Formats: sequence, structure tokens, C-alpha cells
Amino acid sequence: MKKRYKFVVDCANCAAKVEAAVKKIDGVNDAAVNFMAQKLVLDADDARFDEILKEVEAAAKKVEPDCELYL
Amino acid sequence: MSKKQKKMLRRIVISAVLLVLVKVLCGLEVLPEHGLLTALCYLAPYAVIGWDVLYKAVRNIVHGQVFDENFLMALATVGAFATAEYAEAVFVMLFYQVGELFQDYAVGKSRQSIAALMDIRPDTANLETADGETEEVDPEEVPVGAVIVVKPGERVPLDGTVLTGGSSLDTAALTGESVPRDVGVGDDVISGCVNQTGVLRIRVNRPCEESTVSKILDLVENASEKKSTSENFITRFARYYTPCVVVAAAALFLVPTVLLALEAPLGFLNGTVWTDWLHRALIFLVISCPCALVISVPLSFFGGIGGASKCGILVKGSNYLEALAKTETVIFDKTGTLTKGTFTVTAVHPEEGFTQEQVLESAALAEQYSDHPISVSLRKACGLKPDAARVADVEEIAGHGVCAKVDDRTVCVGNSRLMERQNVNWLPCELPGTIVHVTVDGFYAGHIVISDLPKEDARDAIADLKASGVKKTVMLTGDAEAVAKTVAAELGVDEYHAELLPADKVEWAERILSARRPEAKVAFVGDGINDAPVLSRADIGIAMGALGSDAAIEAADIVLMDDKPSKIATAMRISRKTLRIVKQNIWFALGVKGAVLVLGAFGMATMWEAVFADVGVAFIAILNAMRCLRVEEFRK
Repeated sequence: MKKRYKFVVDCANCAAKVEAAVKKIDGVNDAAVNFMAQKLVLDADDARFDEILKEVEAAAKKVEPDCELYL
Repeated sequence: MSKKQKKMLRRIVISAVLLVLVKVLCGLEVLPEHGLLTALCYLAPYAVIGWDVLYKAVRNIVHGQVFDENFLMALATVGAFATAEYAEAVFVMLFYQVGELFQDYAVGKSRQSIAALMDIRPDTANLETADGETEEVDPEEVPVGAVIVVKPGERVPLDGTVLTGGSSLDTAALTGESVPRDVGVGDDVISGCVNQTGVLRIRVNRPCEESTVSKILDLVENASEKKSTSENFITRFARYYTPCVVVAAAALFLVPTVLLALEAPLGFLNGTVWTDWLHRALIFLVISCPCALVISVPLSFFGGIGGASKCGILVKGSNYLEALAKTETVIFDKTGTLTKGTFTVTAVHPEEGFTQEQVLESAALAEQYSDHPISVSLRKACGLKPDAARVADVEEIAGHGVCAKVDDRTVCVGNSRLMERQNVNWLPCELPGTIVHVTVDGFYAGHIVISDLPKEDARDAIADLKASGVKKTVMLTGDAEAVAKTVAAELGVDEYHAELLPADKVEWAERILSARRPEAKVAFVGDGINDAPVLSRADIGIAMGALGSDAAIEAADIVLMDDKPSKIATAMRISRKTLRIVKQNIWFALGVKGAVLVLGAFGMATMWEAVFADVGVAFIAILNAMRCLRVEEFRK
């Protein structure tokens, strides 16, 4: 399943870091953080999607505390 | 400017004033050059401007994020304080924050200008109620089949058909086309156009979420999800760059300091003390921020994609914009792409025993369910209303034609291949154009000649592509050899392949794809009618005139909103310009940073220069990147 979320992040490098961190999460097939459009695209296992989404949020916060994922 | 930005600006001003004040006091020798009191005085502007950087640095280290820009700036400035370079420390932090603010502002600005560009969805629709009054409602609440009224000056909120009224529509926001389009009763209008002259009553034929304007917005908002290789390169580069520079900085400080302590007799240590090396290492840290690079590349692509959509060219991702610049072969579909796609019957040649009307009528009836341009032209020439009762068992044979039972007689309508398949002797025609043969109950009834004219700008479009670096143009068509030859010669296409079935087109595309050099890209341009497989197979699929064709929008990588082939060259120029700017930014930033790193290592760069290498470069790279958004030169 692939979903798009609004993702507010302050700097381009942070966006890249979040993207790298999210891609490493188990169950995530693909992820992209678009700094200019302020979007996070998540492609993850259907069965555990909600669970993975929580992990994504936590991972993003860890790498860049000044970011916000709008669910 | 946002609230956050205003607050930042205030901090910058206060800190700058304090800095100048302390500096002046030092200059007047009210304060001593060094010493605790001076340090404390400089600490005031430093705290004002840098507290959040220090806070974030500590917080991120707790989170395990060591090499981020906050940490680097904190370390560099604290280090400068430690070596009693107070003014420098404050200035570096100040300049860094100015850079951040500017970056934030510039990014916000370019987001805004793209948002403004995309402000083409009206918030209200004038719904006509049962008693003839109009009521302002949300376009989402308007059901299909309802009637809406669009007054002059208003934007058409939903797709539909004109019931009464006539007007000219400004489609510039959608297509980049400045000449208004005239519409009258019975014409289809698409949402997002501005009604210029008359009142229109429109019957809505698609719900809001499927309307043209919604689809375009969706497409643009989700563009650049696919990243270009330059973007990926730069983020990967940034991941290694910062740690490397930090390690180099540590080595630059530690190695000479240890050697000095051991009193090693080495030439390069002559006349230096350990604080000199610490200072040089700090300069390294200031330059080690990858921000200028990381921001300028996606900003350029974002601008390029935004600029292209100003011209009516929707690009689905920055990777496609990048690929477009490297395109050396362009494959065209003929009908509807290079030619107008509106066929007209120019002659009917019946065989003995049939009249012209009979041949035309049989053909038109057999083809009545087909949307193929040829079928449409047959129906138009015949003037007959479609009549389902007279036709049964319609069988479409892709790339050949149609067979059906018309008035209980088997009618087959199609090209020469269909005739051969049916083992019917057909007659060639001396007239140029597409020949549609007709058989009735297995007997040859005659043929109809249909011609299609090339689009006005097709010839220029091909020449334009050649001028902008395309090496080869190929035309693929299901049409007859003779027609293809005439059109190809007229337009100056290098190569053509005629009489192709849809599957053959894919095969030709494959053949061209496998013959190219690996770095050269192949683009396919089609109108989305039965060429979706080729659109998705080519490196770049370009669908044109795609307003309203969902399959084409889905399959294509680049969507041309109008049906002008000349837009392809425009798209290519925009992509070239964007890529040029991306390259300039990458080399400029790497060059300046590299130079300052080298100078810094030899003690020839000051921290001021280091800050320029970081913030100044970001500043210039962002300004450069914002040029991508300017496309006025490409709009004609």
C-alpha cells in the first residue's frame, strides 16, 4: 500500500536524513520525503501498515525533532 | 514572511546591533581587546542569535545525530570563543542564521509561486436550481448531470457540456496557450478555464474529484516524488561529506598539536602554535555543512517542474525532467500527434452494383461504436444518426478494422490487411490518404478515401527538436505506407514505419530502445489512444492533448495539456536549462568549498571566508536555482 502524507520539515538535508531512516524500517518497501512539496510517501506492507506508520513517525522524530507528520 | 521568520529577523537585528556596539566599545578601548569582561560582552549577541543552535546540537546528540549542522556550527563557534576570537564567533553564527533565514524565505517563496500557479480550482460553483435560480455551492456537492452557470470572469469549476450560451475561454492556466478558445452550444468545456465574454450554462458530466482541474492538481502536487539521479547523488554525497570533513578537521588539529608537543622538527610546523591549528580545524567545521548543495538541487528541479507547468507541460517527477535533457531519439505516433487526427472523407469509390451512399452508410453503421478518428469521420460524412437496431455482432479487429452485421448482411470495414485476411480482392486507389475498404457479405463493395492533415506546427516542431539536440525522429503509424511516406517527407521526419499494429509499435519501440547508447534516452510521443503500452515502455512517455484522457495521464511521464507537438521542444529546453542550473550549483558549491578547505588547511583562509563558503554559496545557489521557475522566454 502506498500513501502520501503532509510532512513539515525545515531543511533539505533533514528531509534526506528522515528518508534514509524511514527506508531502513522493517516492512517499508519504499519511502520518499519530498522537501519542496513537504510530503512523505510511504510504501509499506498492507498488513502492518498502521504499526509501521507509528515506527516511521518515531524514526522521523528521532532523526529530526523539528518535523511533523500529519496523519 | 511568516511569523517564525519575522522572529528570526528580529533576533538577527538585535544581535547585529549588539555585536557592532561591543566592537565599537573595543575599538574605543573602553573594553580591553581580550579578557573575561570582553568575552562576556560578546556572549550577549552570541546568546541572542545562537541559543537555539546550541540547544538543538545538544538535543540531537542525545538522539544519536552527531554530524548535523547545528553541532558543527556550535562546535566551530564555541571553539572560536575558546581561542578568544569572540567577534568572529558571533559573526559566524550571525551569518549562519541569516543564511538559514534567507534559505527558508526563498524556499517558501518558490513554494508560494507554484501554489499560485496551481490556484486554478474555483471554490464555488453556481448551481442552477429547479426554479431557475442559481445557488452558490461547493463544486464537490454538484452531482453529475446538474446544470451550472458560469459568468464572464469566472473560472469553470467542473467539466461539462455547454447547454446554452457562447463565449471564449482563456485556457492559459491549463495549457500556457494565450489565444482564447471559442465555445458554443454542444461543446465540451474543461474546468480551470476562465470564461471571458458570455454567460454559459453547462451540464456537468464529471464529478469534482474526477474533473480535469482536480487531476492536474493531483499530478503536480505529487510530482517530484521520483527523484533525479542528481538529487540522489547529492544526498548520498552529503552523507559522506560531513563526517569526512569533520574527521579531517580533527586530524588537522590533533596531528600538528601532538607533533608540536613532541617538538618534532618539521617545516610546516614552523612558527605555529597549537591554537593556530585549532583555528584551522574550526574553519573546516564551518565549511562542512552540506546544506547549500542539498537545498539547491531539489529547489532547481522543483522550479523547473513548476516552470514547465506554467507552459502547460506537466512533468511527473524530476527524474523525467532530467531524462528529457538527455533525449536523443523521439518517436512519434502519427495520428493525432503529428497530424490533426480529424479525418475527412475526401472520396468514395464504389464497385459495380453499389452506390456511394450504400458504401458510406454500411461503413458508418459498422463503425458506429468506435471512437477511432476514422470512424468518427465516416459517421460525420454519412450524416446518419447511429442506429443500434440495424447493427449487431460488432467485432473489432485491432489494427485491421471492424466486422459487423448491418441490416443482416455481414459488413467488414478496414484496411488492406483486413481484406487479405478475408481473401477479398481489393483495388488500390490513386488518391493519397487512408483507404478504408468495405466488403458486404464477402464481396468487395468499394473503398473510401480519408485524409488527415499535419498540424500547423508539426514541421517546426521537428526542426525545433533537431535544433535542441535530438539526433533522430521516428514516426510510427498504423496507416498505409504511402500516407506515412508523404507525411514523413512533408514534416522532415528521419525514419518512419507504417502499417503497424499496436503490438508492432511496442516492438519497434523496443528495437529502438535496444539500439541506443545507454545514456541516451528515447521519448515516445502519443495521444494516449491505444498507445499506452508504448507510452509506458519508452524511457519517457509523453502524452499530448491529454486533457480528458485518463489512460494517457496515467501511463505518461510527461503530459502536454494542449496538442501542440512544438511543446516537446519547449519541455526539452526547460529541462536542459534546469539541468544546467543544477550542474552549475553542484560545481560551484563543491568548487568553492573545496578551495576554501585547501586554503584553510594551509592557514590561508579566515573564518569569514569559511562562512562565505557555506552560507554565501547557499545564498547564490538558491538564487540561481530560482531562475528555473522563470520560463517567460519559452512561452510564445
